[in-house]
Amino acid sequence: MRLTLRVWRQTGPGEPGAMTEYQVSGIVPEMSFLEMLDVLNEELILRGEDPVAFDHDCREGICGACGMVINGQAHGPERTTTCQLHMREFGDGDTIDVEPWRAAAFPVVKDLVVDRSAFDRIIGAGGYITAPTGSAPDAHAVPVPKEAAETAFENAECIGCGACVAACPNGSAMLFTSAKVVHLNTLPQGAPERESRVLGMVGAMDAEGFGGCTNAGECATACPKGIPLPSIAAMNREYLRAARRAPR
Amino acid sequence: MTMALATRTASPSALRTLWGSTVGKKAVMATTGVLMLLYLVAHMLGNLKVFFGPDDLNGYAAWLRTLGQPVLHHEWFLWTARSVLLAAVVLHGVCAYQLSRRDIAARPTGYAHKRHRASYATRTMRWGGVILGLFIVWHILDLTTLTVNPRAQQGHPYENLVASFSTWYGGGVYIVAMLALCLHVHHGFWSAAQTLGANSARRDRALKITATVLAAALTIGFLSVPVAVMTGLVR
Repeated sequence: MRLTLRVWRQTGPGEPGAMTEYQVSGIVPEMSFLEMLDVLNEELILRGEDPVAFDHDCREGICGACGMVINGQAHGPERTTTCQLHMREFGDGDTIDVEPWRAAAFPVVKDLVVDRSAFDRIIGAGGYITAPTGSAPDAHAVPVPKEAAETAFENAECIGCGACVAACPNGSAMLFTSAKVVHLNTLPQGAPERESRVLGMVGAMDAEGFGGCTNAGECATACPKGIPLPSIAAMNREYLRAARRAPR
Repeated sequence: MTMALATRTASPSALRTLWGSTVGKKAVMATTGVLMLLYLVAHMLGNLKVFFGPDDLNGYAAWLRTLGQPVLHHEWFLWTARSVLLAAVVLHGVCAYQLSRRDIAARPTGYAHKRHRASYATRTMRWGGVILGLFIVWHILDLTTLTVNPRAQQGHPYENLVASFSTWYGGGVYIVAMLALCLHVHHGFWSAAQTLGANSARRDRALKITATVLAAALTIGFLSVPVAVMTGLVR
């Protein structure tokens, strides 16, 4: 496969950037999107040029490190992480646009790498259980209803990649924040802090400069882990409840 | 380590917490939206009285002024409803403006690869809302204050309505506004349910169907009146 890539190149934070065109050849359909970028970078290094910087780690779709907007879609045309996107999704001779996540709260560090530490600060505002829990508890020591376990697990699947923010027309972090809030607030271990958690995390989310939710639904469509849109409704419910009754 | 809230020095009231957050402000929009929607259902049903003739509609309009008597004074119910609706429109608009400013600022650099995000109804919420706001001003000047009405006969809404819809602009403005309303309600009703936390995986489909039915019923109900005037069914 021969491809034309138009990649966002930016030398550093706050620097001006531009879409830059590259030709890559020798791509096989079995390659992942990141392997295709590796091929491009090898050529760039051999030519003495600066390779394209992008985040990646596990390359098996579970860590949430990789992520780029491919042809206007977060993680590209398939509902998965960029590392699990394969070149068979594209045709020979295609032109592919590759851009970083775009959000005021995710400033570009270099090329396709963005600073997602805003997510860490949202987690720091309540996305955990305060009590030290020691080693894993015995099974059934704390009874959890089946339905609650399913909901908590569905939301715990969030890997914090930021595709929801990238896909949202408002650059909103509601799906990410709601996944964390619903995950913990559904379980008995998270119940004692459910009000302070949702108030703290939504407060941190707003303070980071993410946009608000207009229920466009783009986030849930882009999410590689299938966090459902009703999680946002569940967080809104928790928030409105907490605003009424939080201890002051 | 304590949670973020515990480290706060001030203790904000529930209202301040709501007004200060994106989630709370959206809840204000949802609540005022639902309020206006309830009014629209009543308004649309009242409009259908036009098909029973001038006496029926004019009598209904007069009754709206005496509603609540003798507990309430003449027109007190009407003015209470008008005040609540005005407050709802203003709050809805202010929240929409503030949240939109924030949303636009949250993505200072757009994507080079352009692609439509979200459905048509969702994308047109902001400008559709502006169109509806302008229409409300026109509508009040036309049929409440009668400032721009071609007949402008106080106490005769039937005749004024027929006169307004008999002009190309009166009917045209109304039809465009009602199509905008259809889109606004189509996304707005389901969105309000989501914002107020009434949605869940189980209810999602039912809420979306309700939104579509509600939007269609309101639009057909409202549009039936100018269409009837323009086709000569109501004269």
